[in-house]
Amino acid sequence: MQDNLKSSSYQQLEQKSKYTNMFLRWFLYFVLILFASYFIFPLYVMVVTSLKTMEEIRQGTLLSWPSGLNFESWAVAWGGRGYGAGDTFLKPYFWNSIKMVVPAVFFSTFIGAMTGYVLTKWRFKGDSWVFLFLLFGCFIPFQAILLPMARTLGALGISNSIVGLVLVHTVYGIPFTTLFFRNYYVSVPTELVKAARIDGAGFFKIFFKILLPISSPIIVVTVIWQFTQIWNDFLFGSTFSFGEAAPIQVALNNMVLSSTSVKEYNVDMASAIIAGVPTLIVYVLAGKYFIRGLTSGAVKG
Amino acid sequence: MFKWLEKNLPKIVMAPAVGLIGWFVYGFVLWTLYISFTNSKILPKYELWGFGQYEKLWASRKWLISVDNLLVFTALFLIFCIVIGIILAIFLDQKIRAEGVLRTIYLYPMALSFIVTGTAWKWILNPTLGIQKMFIDWGFENFTFDWLVNREMAIYTIVIAGVWQSAGFVMALFLAGLRSVEDEIIKAAKIDGAGLFTVYWRILLPMMRPVFFTSFVILVHISIKSYDLIVALTQGGPGISTTMPALFMTQAAFHKSQVGLSAASAMMMFMAVAAVIIPYLYSELRRENAR
Repeated sequence: MQDNLKSSSYQQLEQKSKYTNMFLRWFLYFVLILFASYFIFPLYVMVVTSLKTMEEIRQGTLLSWPSGLNFESWAVAWGGRGYGAGDTFLKPYFWNSIKMVVPAVFFSTFIGAMTGYVLTKWRFKGDSWVFLFLLFGCFIPFQAILLPMARTLGALGISNSIVGLVLVHTVYGIPFTTLFFRNYYVSVPTELVKAARIDGAGFFKIFFKILLPISSPIIVVTVIWQFTQIWNDFLFGSTFSFGEAAPIQVALNNMVLSSTSVKEYNVDMASAIIAGVPTLIVYVLAGKYFIRGLTSGAVKG
Repeated sequence: MFKWLEKNLPKIVMAPAVGLIGWFVYGFVLWTLYISFTNSKILPKYELWGFGQYEKLWASRKWLISVDNLLVFTALFLIFCIVIGIILAIFLDQKIRAEGVLRTIYLYPMALSFIVTGTAWKWILNPTLGIQKMFIDWGFENFTFDWLVNREMAIYTIVIAGVWQSAGFVMALFLAGLRSVEDEIIKAAKIDGAGLFTVYWRILLPMMRPVFFTSFVILVHISIKSYDLIVALTQGGPGISTTMPALFMTQAAFHKSQVGLSAASAMMMFMAVAAVIIPYLYSELRRENAR
């Protein structure tokens, strides 16, 4: 009875505030859309600017619509004008980045999976200290390792090379990949592993037959996280490589900063889009995994 | 022999990772620490020189400007990211139509590199053809927006671009936090007559304390390390008005042959990060152990 009374007065309250509610809803959508335009604005400006000619850019405004779909600046950004020396364009650097990202993502993910597996399923004395030891690597400001790294790469004869960058990205990816796999394998019941051990399965057999088949979600998260980090890296790229071996972010920055000729904003914007498109595609296609990596990886790093 | 191998296989598999991190993280940080106590110029020297580099660092006008900029940037970056992030998270939590689309829009800048972001904002903010011209063409003839080339204001352009890139991330953290609160708590509060505002202000936001903490740590971490965005947007200019510690360090190390000084600046950054991270890690571990 009393419950009934309560819920009916609750409904009355709701009725009364119907108009306030409607106003509130409109306000809500207004604010949300306002912020959405702030976030979408630079992307919009980049795309329309890249499709304009320089003449149109000078005459119109940031927001004005291009006169047509003019992909010329995209072609220039990607393949250059073909006049030889001083003609910088992104194509070779885009491939540099691919050649750097694929092995670095593979090695760091593999090592992370192995260490995560040991730390959760083959626990040993002091293993949580080892985890902490690795985890700390997520946080160091890389400025503290730039100087010795440059010297080490020089001593190994791989400075200013893609191999060198693969090494750097693999090493500094390990703390993150370990964290991802360790946190995922913690929730896999250890009984499964124990049973397999009693049946005589060895270390690698358990990993490949039991753990790996159920690891696809965390592999996706890790690969996306590592791919985004390494593709977007600028500090290592710009410190340890220059000229021909540079990855795409370094090349983009050089292109935009080069003051040799008249600024061509349309080409700059096309270049920026080309450098950003791979990670954007990954984000749009696998947003769920992207966010999961972001919240668990960045929560600790 | 085979028995031994089998027994120690897990440790052998761990060894490469531990070795690599031991060498490339701990070893390198210690090396940098050591060099910061030497009088190294172009090449590292190994005789100890005491705190000379640190004295030089804190007497350097450029370093003081860097630290000043870092404090201004961090404060504004934190406030705007957290306020915008919370507003968006709370508003999105009201059973909004097209929530997925909006969320995607708020978060996509996180997928871009700071170089791409910087390039885009540099074009938007440039006074001759960017926002300023847009408003003038719209009829606001006296409109000026020259922050990018204005010594006093240039640091705020870095805040604008930085907030644009990271606010969506704070939104995602808070939205996840709000979604993890049991519905019963909200229902009970509403039945007791609490309005929506009270529910959030009095009940939900106080429950989000760990999320505040996490966002704070991540954002401070991003801002201490910020380098790419400044390179792409202002190169530390006009003059040295937007220089920051990370930029100071790389310039001293690789352009000015001040290896010792750059090592000292790197160690200052390291300590700043440690001051934020160690309490965080400690509390995280305690929370995990308490579970």
